[in-house]
Amino acid sequence: MTRHTLSVLVENKPGVLVRIAGLFARRGFNIDSLAVGPAEHEEISRITIVVNCEEHPLEQVTKQLNKLINVLKIVELEPGATVQRELILIKVRADAESRSKVLETVGLFRAKVVDVALDVITVEATGNREKLDALIKVLEPFGIKELVQSGMVAIGRGGRSITDRALRPVERSA
Amino acid sequence: MTEQMTGPKGPSGADRADKPAGGPSPRDLAARSPHRETVRPASQPHAPESEAAVPAQQLQTQAAATEPPRVQVTSPGKVRATGAQALVYALERVGADVVFGIPGGAVLPAYDPLLDSKAIRHILVRHEQGAGHAATGYAQATGRVGVCMATSGPGATNLVTPIADAYMDSVPIVAITGQVPTNLIGTDGFQEADIAGITIPITKHNFLITRPEDIARTIGEAFHVASTGRPGPVLVDVAKDAMQATTEFAWPVPFDLPGYHPVTRPHARQVREAARLISESRRPVLYVGGGVIKARAAAQLRELAELTGIPVVTTLMARGAFPDRHPQHMGMPGMHGSVSAVGALQRADLLIALGTRFDDRVTGKLDTFAPGALIVHADIDPAEISKNRRADVPIVGDCREVIADLVAAVRADHEQGRRPDLTAWRVQLDSWRGTYPRGYDEPDDGTLAPQHVIERIGKIAGPEAVYVAGVGQHQMWAAQFIDYENPGTWINSGGLGTMGFAVPAAMGAKVGRPDATVWAIDGDGCFQMTNQELATCAIEGIGVKVAVINNGSLGMVRQWQTLFYNERYSNTDLHRTAERKLAGTRIPDFVKLAEAYGCEGIRCEEAADVDAVIERAMAIEDRPVVVDFIVHRDAMVWPMVAAGTSNDDIKFARGLAPDWGGSTE
Repeated sequence: MTRHTLSVLVENKPGVLVRIAGLFARRGFNIDSLAVGPAEHEEISRITIVVNCEEHPLEQVTKQLNKLINVLKIVELEPGATVQRELILIKVRADAESRSKVLETVGLFRAKVVDVALDVITVEATGNREKLDALIKVLEPFGIKELVQSGMVAIGRGGRSITDRALRPVERSA
Repeated sequence: MTEQMTGPKGPSGADRADKPAGGPSPRDLAARSPHRETVRPASQPHAPESEAAVPAQQLQTQAAATEPPRVQVTSPGKVRATGAQALVYALERVGADVVFGIPGGAVLPAYDPLLDSKAIRHILVRHEQGAGHAATGYAQATGRVGVCMATSGPGATNLVTPIADAYMDSVPIVAITGQVPTNLIGTDGFQEADIAGITIPITKHNFLITRPEDIARTIGEAFHVASTGRPGPVLVDVAKDAMQATTEFAWPVPFDLPGYHPVTRPHARQVREAARLISESRRPVLYVGGGVIKARAAAQLRELAELTGIPVVTTLMARGAFPDRHPQHMGMPGMHGSVSAVGALQRADLLIALGTRFDDRVTGKLDTFAPGALIVHADIDPAEISKNRRADVPIVGDCREVIADLVAAVRADHEQGRRPDLTAWRVQLDSWRGTYPRGYDEPDDGTLAPQHVIERIGKIAGPEAVYVAGVGQHQMWAAQFIDYENPGTWINSGGLGTMGFAVPAAMGAKVGRPDATVWAIDGDGCFQMTNQELATCAIEGIGVKVAVINNGSLGMVRQWQTLFYNERYSNTDLHRTAERKLAGTRIPDFVKLAEAYGCEGIRCEEAADVDAVIERAMAIEDRPVVVDFIVHRDAMVWPMVAAGTSNDDIKFARGLAPDWGGSTE
């Protein structure tokens, strides 16, 4: 099983997300991460899906996704050739005694403090999965009160956009 | 999804300085995508682009004829119309001539202008499931899009089974449902069901319309999507208020389907590669599926088969795609296929799979299926290729074009002397076919053999008639014991296996092909699920003929209980009686039932009477006929490959495995 990141360009219409999520569920796939937002044109949404599966079932699900009328294009983004980011917000315990240590840790990760209360600070960080996991690990001893993460978004490196190239084209010869 | 769209706008202007202002339109994106070819089939009977714009005057005349007070021309090519009128006008423009349906609260607005339509015949069915299967029967018999209509809530959910059925068998139907008014959607309103949500996994696509101006375009799109590429069911759910509001109707309407571009032209290199494998093979088989019938490629298939001399097998969905009497036809493969067809697939060194999907009922245990064969797999749906069995040469395209190209490529090979000698292979297959012909044992108690009844119907009605089956033993016998010579003459529920399919589907087939004799071959279990449509047939003058193969039980399930559950017959008896004279289902009495429905009812219990009864049924023109054939209850369908086992373990009768003899492996 390997992690695959799919970028799916879809029409920005009601119900499209349900069609896509339903297809994954039907074919027995767990979506590890999902992020949806507008693309460079207002009529298009871009969905970034991270799944854990073998090559063959991924090919199947990609072909099935391609059959959805509202799907415009699917590209698999190779980790080496893409920038991948997730956003995390963590409410971590930080009283007078521990606050400076927490702030030091936050600084090491180039994370930001976005809210402060008497015994708690809220930290915002962006990065790839590994970096965020590391941040969570070092903040855990202080006491994490609440945590929320976005799905992963990813974009290919270099000058071209996925609207004019396909890193993993689904050929007509299948 | 719109709720996720409220965030800040994407990349800054500098990041996309290389792009035209505003970025590409969705259409541009789709056009540039390498795997979303903007190829459209050359002929699209229902595509508005191919029709000339309707002159305003003509629209006015037609509209004036239907709704004088309410319709007025506002600008050239446009008329004022309610959403409901736009719906009916659009149905007329896409060529719908028959709609099967039942009105109800939410769909009432559509039924009002339907009353005035001269072009559309609405057939009032007795249950929405009947409407759906009738649309399927109509589509399968004619190749055109079948249409069914129902109201919201229970009307719509009653369409779920036929929609799922059409999805599994790739049948082009359009289901139109009324929906509660927009302001009630999501409030659990009376007769509200999220039918668009419910049918996502069982439609090719579906639409929910809440604005009157979207109705005409969406109907056009629905017919286009249903009938092109790999055909399939499309549902259009229309909110009641959208039908009641006023809009402007214009035709044709440009489609808004930027993500829909089915590939029909096969890749030339792949076709040449397939031809090369054909020229190198010694034991090739043409494994033909329903896609060949959908693509209307029977003539091309015959040309390819006769050019190459390659033996042919036709799956349950492809019966009629290749003449049964053709010497190269090895029969139907699969769980109840012929020994020669199953043996051909298992011993082949090359399968040329055309419009077929390697269904488990054909392959048996997948990892033992056709173990020595290379696979050429041609299908219009890329997702079918390498889904179950990896293809060595995948070809995405319409079967008619694929086969025509293959013929040319093979001919070129022949001209260069590359023509394999298939004599030994043909001799071997012919010997299997000769040794294990289709057949059955006459019951020893003198009761009627179901196979005999079905065989005689096929002989007497002939290859020009249309045969429609339900699901179960009678379906398999109808697939085995009737000789099909023409595509579109065998209609059944293959993928979903929907009991109750036969009567309404036969009704739809007869409406689509009124000049053809249409026989429903049904079981007594199936028949009791949907026979209410006999009333529709009698009242609407739809002269179907129904042969109930009445063994008093759910025969196929009973067969499995006999073979795999130690003859413990749990809940498969539809009628239990000790008297042999009263075998079969007698409650209800199908003869009286037929008469109650305004049909002719005939009972047949003796082999000696079979021909006369069938001929009598054939002679009745003025009303539907139901023949209750009381048959032996223990008859079984053979040959059989037990579920989940290898095709190599096929039995041609209980406990009897074929002797494959000197295989050329």
